[in-house]
Amino acid sequence: MNGIHDMGGMEDMGPINYEKNEPVFHAPWEGRVLSMAKMVEKTGKFRLGLRPPWEDLPALQYLQSSYYELWLTSLIERLVASDLATRAEIASGRAAGKPVATEPVSAAAQLKPEVPAEPRFRPGEQVRARNMHPVTHTRLPRYARGKSGTIVRDNGVSALPDTHDYSLGRNPQHVYSVRFSARELWGDRAAAQDSVYLDLWDNYLEPAQACR
Amino acid sequence: MTTNRRDFLSGVLPAAVTVAGVKASHADDHRHQHEHDHQDAPSDVALRVKSLESLLIEKGLVDRASLDALVDKYEHKVGPRNGARVIARAWVDPAYKQRLLADGTAAFAELGYPLERAAHIRALESTSAVHNVVVCTLCSCYPWDVIGLPPTWYKSAAYRSRVVIDPRSVLREFGTELADSVEVRVWDSTADERYVVLPERPAGSENLSESGLAELVTRDAMIGVTKVAPPAQGGG
Repeated sequence: MNGIHDMGGMEDMGPINYEKNEPVFHAPWEGRVLSMAKMVEKTGKFRLGLRPPWEDLPALQYLQSSYYELWLTSLIERLVASDLATRAEIASGRAAGKPVATEPVSAAAQLKPEVPAEPRFRPGEQVRARNMHPVTHTRLPRYARGKSGTIVRDNGVSALPDTHDYSLGRNPQHVYSVRFSARELWGDRAAAQDSVYLDLWDNYLEPAQACR
Repeated sequence: MTTNRRDFLSGVLPAAVTVAGVKASHADDHRHQHEHDHQDAPSDVALRVKSLESLLIEKGLVDRASLDALVDKYEHKVGPRNGARVIARAWVDPAYKQRLLADGTAAFAELGYPLERAAHIRALESTSAVHNVVVCTLCSCYPWDVIGLPPTWYKSAAYRSRVVIDPRSVLREFGTELADSVEVRVWDSTADERYVVLPERPAGSENLSESGLAELVTRDAMIGVTKVAPPAQGGG
């Protein structure tokens, strides 16, 4: 979705605040939240990815939340969306009954035989990132949409987050490292020799000549 | 080369800027931003997390011993020193360097750093002519397994928004000045590749041992916002 999280190329977000000798966690709860989320994730019982709940937050709340507050929000939303806990249980901290025997959806999906995905593109080929604006999670940042680049490497096959994050299918496909010249993305303000590399799923790309 | 909007405004419209309060509020913005990057935990959050932990333990989704072990791993076992050892090996062993650049995941495993996650490690070689810098504009992807959890600034709106469009100003903020002729490559981690920069070995480090070299390598250099500084005089 075209949310505030997709901020590559935005202006005026201020100076970068550098904390010297930064601790791994600033408060003990941060490490607990992160580790709990990782552990439940490992059970394969989540039916919702990490990021959709962050990206669904109102923009102002997203910007004002600390990183681990985002993890906490996401953990709660994923537990609820996956029928692993109710909001009432989360509010009280006590289980209301026996845990529901849930099918580990993502693990089950992985057992399905997969048709080996064929790469549509080869290194050296010119491609264009599609002008797509899904209202749900995607990994194609806005700043690259509609822009032309060159395939530099085939990174292998991976599940498509646009569907997999919602348990709507793995849609495994090739992911490519694509080089975009900085001028293609940002015009004359960029140095001619600079570039930005993105890792893009097959679905996000079309042959360069398809559009013009 | 480029100026930002506020500097531009204060140059051409000083009166308007003052009226709009932009100049006066700049320092405040800075302070605000800092508070938002990592607030002190309101005890409310700590309590909510504690309560959630009891619930998940009761439900059998989490067990306390494994949870403690995982927190300990993040705090004490993973960190930039692991990546630094790999970089130092690549500097002294050209064959290892080739393996690192060809298959980062395997090369890290070779030195005893196997990856738990599905991510693939890719090492990017910086030279006097090419400078690599890593970001995740959409979120916070970072090679946890090999250099630890990302610092707060890496996850900040300021870094994520700006480094793709104006990498040279970001690098300058980190004290990294590049000649105009240098090619800057920004790597936006949008999928499963996790990027680690193999920085240029600094001048004056010829006599250092491998462990001495590893001491020079910083987290920031492996993200690509700085270079590796030459060893201090008389050091080694």
